[in-house]
Amino acid sequence: MSEEIVLEEIKYDKVGIIPCNGEEICEGTLTRHASRKVLDKLRSGSTVTICLPLFIAGDKGERNFAKMFPTITVDGCYKRCSQLSTERLSGKPSHSIIVSEVLKAHGIEAPHSRRTLTEKDQVAVDIVAEEIANKVDEILEENQ
Amino acid sequence: MEKKVVVLPCSGIGKAFGEIGRQAVYELVEDLRPDDVATTCLGRLMIDDPEAKALVQNKIVITIDGCTQDCARKTVESSGKRVDSALRVIEAIKKNRDLKPEGILELGEPGFKLAHILAQRLNEEIDCVMKKE
Repeated sequence: MSEEIVLEEIKYDKVGIIPCNGEEICEGTLTRHASRKVLDKLRSGSTVTICLPLFIAGDKGERNFAKMFPTITVDGCYKRCSQLSTERLSGKPSHSIIVSEVLKAHGIEAPHSRRTLTEKDQVAVDIVAEEIANKVDEILEENQ
Repeated sequence: MEKKVVVLPCSGIGKAFGEIGRQAVYELVEDLRPDDVATTCLGRLMIDDPEAKALVQNKIVITIDGCTQDCARKTVESSGKRVDSALRVIEAIKKNRDLKPEGILELGEPGFKLAHILAQRLNEEIDCVMKKE
């Protein structure tokens, strides 16, 4: 008698957002603000986050983050610290965003200060946040 | 001029403590001690970025963490460097419980006051560690 094994696909209802939070650079500040905007306003019910260094400081539960959720890494610069760290310590991200490239594509200047964002910088936050939110929707749609 | 001290805040974005730590470090690096204090991204240490690793080597390193997970301290230590002092935001500002930050990243006036108090505390800590060197 042949036995059919059916593997049920995992349905995800949340996407993990992992910003680099780059403390040294202005684009890092953008990753924080754009990610929080997605988490708090744009997709509050369908996103979660983790502080990137918890992949080192935390336990196995935290390192399993990218196995528990499809993830989007949000990096401030081409060094891609979030993407590379997530890949190495947790799991392959579903999508990776580099803020400096998004700004370049939209012809927008990076903020001049890492401490405070101006009204002009808020436009950059909105654009990056929209990009993240659209990817959240795509990922969740693919998982339906 | 080569800077003698590196102060690293955590990357916390779950609560206001992370942002208070970062704002305190920015005040320290840009206003209070621009000539002798630098900072870098914790993420760069996580990917073994050679420049970031070189920056913390042979320097006084102080970390400021927003919670008990101590991500900043542990990330520095994972790069092979011992920290000279590890502070937590809550310990440094516990005498000012009347000051409540307005949001996680939007600290408002009370949150910036806490960041300023913390920056002063970090400034004192640097003097203290430098005296021991």
